Amino acid sequence: MIEKSIKTLKAESKSLNFFYGTLHALKNVSMPLEINKVTALIGPSGCGKTTFLRCFNRMHDLYPHNRYEGEIILYPDTINILSPSVDPIEVRMRISMVFQKPNPFPKSIYENVAYGLKVRGIRNKKTLDEKVEKSLRGAALWDEVKDRLNNSAFDLSGGQQQRLCIARALATDPEILLFDEPTSALDPIATSKIEELIIELKKRVTILIVTHNMQQAARISDWTGFMMLGELIEFDKTDKLFTAPAEKLTEDYITGRFG
Amino acid sequence: MLKKKIKENIIETSLFLCAIFSIFITVSIVIVLSYESFGFFKKIPIIEFLTGTEWTPLFAEPKFGILPLVTGTLLITFIALLVALPVGLITAVYLSEYAPHKFRETVKPMLELLEAVPTVVYGYFALLFLTPILQKIIPDLAGFNALSPGIIIGIMIIPYVSSVSEDAMRAVPMHIREGSYAMGATKFQTAFKVIIPAAFSGIAAAFIMGISRAIGETMVVAIAAGMMPNFTANPFEPIQTLTAYIVQVSLGDVPHGTIEYQTIFAAGITLFFMTLILNIIGYWLKKRIRELY
Repeated sequence: MIEKSIKTLKAESKSLNFFYGTLHALKNVSMPLEINKVTALIGPSGCGKTTFLRCFNRMHDLYPHNRYEGEIILYPDTINILSPSVDPIEVRMRISMVFQKPNPFPKSIYENVAYGLKVRGIRNKKTLDEKVEKSLRGAALWDEVKDRLNNSAFDLSGGQQQRLCIARALATDPEILLFDEPTSALDPIATSKIEELIIELKKRVTILIVTHNMQQAARISDWTGFMMLGELIEFDKTDKLFTAPAEKLTEDYITGRFG
Repeated sequence: MLKKKIKENIIETSLFLCAIFSIFITVSIVIVLSYESFGFFKKIPIIEFLTGTEWTPLFAEPKFGILPLVTGTLLITFIALLVALPVGLITAVYLSEYAPHKFRETVKPMLELLEAVPTVVYGYFALLFLTPILQKIIPDLAGFNALSPGIIIGIMIIPYVSSVSEDAMRAVPMHIREGSYAMGATKFQTAFKVIIPAAFSGIAAAFIMGISRAIGETMVVAIAAGMMPNFTANPFEPIQTLTAYIVQVSLGDVPHGTIEYQTIFAAGITLFFMTLILNIIGYWLKKRIRELY
């Protein structure tokens, strides 16, 4: 039924299991990502939603003793991004990530945005300038920083830093943008700016967002998945999941009976 | 109640005395240095001391130009840094970013053991082992020269540079590192474009520590550099450093209160100012490049 209402898939996890050493953190998670839509993941702390998100750009490869089982298929070329034969760097070239805490590099604003491009070997000053401006505009930050691109990124406020991180992620034209609780360290005004931005961004990029905040998921997402103890309990259209959840556990969670 | 207060006071006072003790020693050293060199500068004009290119205080016709000792010290330091900075930094990058946990935990203490080797051993190592090897490559090399002890001092301070730099790099939070990897950067790009700039103040402090150590090193140069105050930048010739001169004169039988005796303190205060300036630069660097995460 869900499969029918999705027009075009951008990616999908199939029976995904994940292990931190012996800890079985994700259990048989199968979930689609519709192209140019926002998919939100909610669930209590430690339910595995961030673990799931970090599978998409193979962040778990950075640490020893982590193990994936199952597949995440990226469309249209139907490659399994978890396959050991796929270079994680190739995956990260196509799928960008914005972290929970703003993490700009100790560089200038300009250099932060240009970083991904320079890593890809782009040296042409004109190309870089254009991309940096376009990305900063895309992250709704251009007007605030255009006169001080060479200032340190640390001169910016927390909300601006997070938008800078979004600009950095956008600069390389990713196909999917992963957000790991991007507003949990921000005040309400900065939060609403980021939320507006996410709605704007889905016109050109597929978004997967992990959030602690159910209202946020309801406001910005098209699809929502509810996770608990490493399992995907329910996945549905956001308005359906929040108004008429099929599972008792989902209902208990969204009505605040636990969490 | 009163008894408790007296006890507290005693504790506080003794802690204060311990804290003040090292300051007291430092200040006394400065006073003694200044006092004795004041006697020296009454006889030798400071301009002559700072600009003279000959240092022969023990000759029948003594000359008191400190420059040969200063250039000797700088030459040795420069050679040492040419060895220690790149090797130390690359070692630190490897240990911090590449090495598996187990390997790092084994290698780091071994590297730090290098610090425990007595410097006199390093000195003879330079004179009897490294110099003959270098002479095969460079036939013009004198038996006593600046090159060999310079290299050895460089090797000696690698653990300093790498250990402190590695600490600074490992202190860069994981989320900064992850940010770089998430952009598709390789380990190498992450290490050199993000981690080193982020740890810069710590790395600079490591370098300054290394330089101070090289300037102050005595035994290796006293043994292997030749005790010849040459005003030269040629590393193949014998030279003398400030520290080696102080050792040479202190070991001899120079009578107390003579001008020869006072040269020790003049050389000492020069050394003191050189390291002081370095420490000020280090302090300034640390303050200027704030670590912001």
